[in-house]
Amino acid sequence: MLRFIVRRAIIAVFTMAAISVVAFIIIELPPGDYLTAYAATLAEQGDILSEERLEQMRVSYGLGEPMPTRYIKWISNVALRGDFGRSLEWRIPVNQIIWHRVGYTVLINISTILFVWTVAIPIGVYSATRQYSAGDYIATFFGFLGLAIPNFMLALVLMWIGFSVFDQHVGGLFSPEYRDAPWDLNKFIDLLHHLWIPMIVVGTAGTAGLIRTMRANMLDEITQPYVETARAKGLAEWRLIWKYPVRVALNPFISTIGYALPELVGGVVIVATVLNLPTIGPILLRSLLSQDMFLAGAIILIVSVLTIIGTLISDIMLALIDPRIRLE
Amino acid sequence: MGDTLLEVRDLHVSFYLTEGIVRAVSGVTLNLQAGRTLGVVGESGCGKSVTARAILNMVQRPGRIDRGEILWYGDPDHPVDIAQLDPRGPDIRNLRWGEIAMIFQEPMTSLSPVHSIGNQMIEAIRLHHNATDAEATEQSVELLNRVGLSQPARLLDAYRHELSGGMRQRVMIAMALTCSPRLLIADEPTTALDVTTQSQILDLMRDLQDEFGMAILFITHDLGVIAEMADDVAVMYLGKEVEIADVDTIFHRAAHPYTQALLRSIPRHDVVTERLESIVGNVPDPYNIPPGCAFHPRCHHYLADKCASPELVEVGPGQWALCARTREILPASGERTNA
Repeated sequence: MLRFIVRRAIIAVFTMAAISVVAFIIIELPPGDYLTAYAATLAEQGDILSEERLEQMRVSYGLGEPMPTRYIKWISNVALRGDFGRSLEWRIPVNQIIWHRVGYTVLINISTILFVWTVAIPIGVYSATRQYSAGDYIATFFGFLGLAIPNFMLALVLMWIGFSVFDQHVGGLFSPEYRDAPWDLNKFIDLLHHLWIPMIVVGTAGTAGLIRTMRANMLDEITQPYVETARAKGLAEWRLIWKYPVRVALNPFISTIGYALPELVGGVVIVATVLNLPTIGPILLRSLLSQDMFLAGAIILIVSVLTIIGTLISDIMLALIDPRIRLE
Repeated sequence: MGDTLLEVRDLHVSFYLTEGIVRAVSGVTLNLQAGRTLGVVGESGCGKSVTARAILNMVQRPGRIDRGEILWYGDPDHPVDIAQLDPRGPDIRNLRWGEIAMIFQEPMTSLSPVHSIGNQMIEAIRLHHNATDAEATEQSVELLNRVGLSQPARLLDAYRHELSGGMRQRVMIAMALTCSPRLLIADEPTTALDVTTQSQILDLMRDLQDEFGMAILFITHDLGVIAEMADDVAVMYLGKEVEIADVDTIFHRAAHPYTQALLRSIPRHDVVTERLESIVGNVPDPYNIPPGCAFHPRCHHYLADKCASPELVEVGPGQWALCARTREILPASGERTNA
């Protein structure tokens, strides 16, 4: 087991290094750099930057050097000092912009996963064990409904409900009075009051999908002879269902934990915008548009690293619960 | 010996599918004596496995026991009708494994892919007995040792994919013995194994039967296995018993044309033939069981005016056949249909 974990961790480090190169190249791919984008914005407003001034800025930002040199400079600052450089657009260190957003993104992500799993797995198991019953049809109906409703629409509806029924400040993760307050119990409770909306919005489609997959996986498993053995042993039905087929049917989901994070960053930009969530998706979009390469690079790198860690955790969990994995 | 342990009377099991109703078992009657082996033989789809599951009252939806009695003489004076028990209730769950254990055709898939052997054995013991983990572990080790597995203590931590086919079936047998059942139902336990392993497993089962004094309901499509294992035989075809007799009578004086045809289709090493004889035609579609005698489309002795509604006829002592013409076609006493 330990050897397995060490081997996967070493592979993960190499993957991270490779991703940092790829991330850097992708950011460099669009023609021009931040300064051309900046000059263009200024030109739109009627301001013309002189060539001389541009060249000066290019040197001070280190944009003129060849790409490998800039990559080495960038990555060694990141790796050795945790310094992601200064955002060209915001003119403050990248670290000040992203870390609390990464925190909230991970928070929303984890609470969404917990929400999805606690809701979807019991319903999926119920649907499979009572296939074609009324309950199964109802679960299926709401499952497809959840898949079909666009997230941002659900966001708007829930915000309206939160506003009109619960008389709650909507949008964001905090009420205005707590937004910049230091952390205490009241701020945490305020966070919980706001967190349920993104949790449901982001989780609905996932829940619907997971119900369907869980149901299908379970239907494959509950007819397996080992389930019959368990039943012949005299185990109570609910106990044998949860001990045997559910355990086997869960494996595919554990392997997807690692992918949940990039999905949340990339997939729910609209929801994050509608709900005014301090997550990382909208910032990434903006930084890419303005070619704010240090900010964009930092976000891509951090999200990639979190994804790799997530995958590593999935792999380890899978190896822990499925004895067949270790041999492969 | 001689005490009835299980009596199945006129059992009917059907599967209610959208395509129609499959009458998997229609009118099976079995009588199993304590300590003896009853072999149930028939082609795939004849209802033998469904009968086995009905005895544990675990026929899976959309299947259902329509009628019939399954009398369990655990207490000879107070038989329990298993067919009347709630399939999920505590009464049947105490009988399952506690008194009637079962082993299956596929030892690979009969064991959980993600639980260790020890976990599954200890679970069975602790479910039916008031035993501590240590006691259950100790008993598991003893049983694994008894079924001929070396290093039983290490085996408890193994998973099914780490064992060979024969080892898996030995593990299943050991697990079946955890509660010293009075009846072991064996549903094609050697079909998935190679010939050498098969005969080892059969030897083991016979030894254990003597040692534990349990009855065995042995389900197979293989008459060779029946010859080796069974005391009594029930031959099934399309959900009905077509012949019941003790094992010698079946092999020497089979009364039903289907049994006779089955016997002719056994490969024999003492007779050189060009091709193996097979039964003409195929097993009919289960949705459209032929009217009258279900075997008539494949029978050499079929006569339209005689075979419309065959009934079980007592051909000899303890021998019954579901055939209208059985007395006409029965080989003369002493003559052998097969060796």
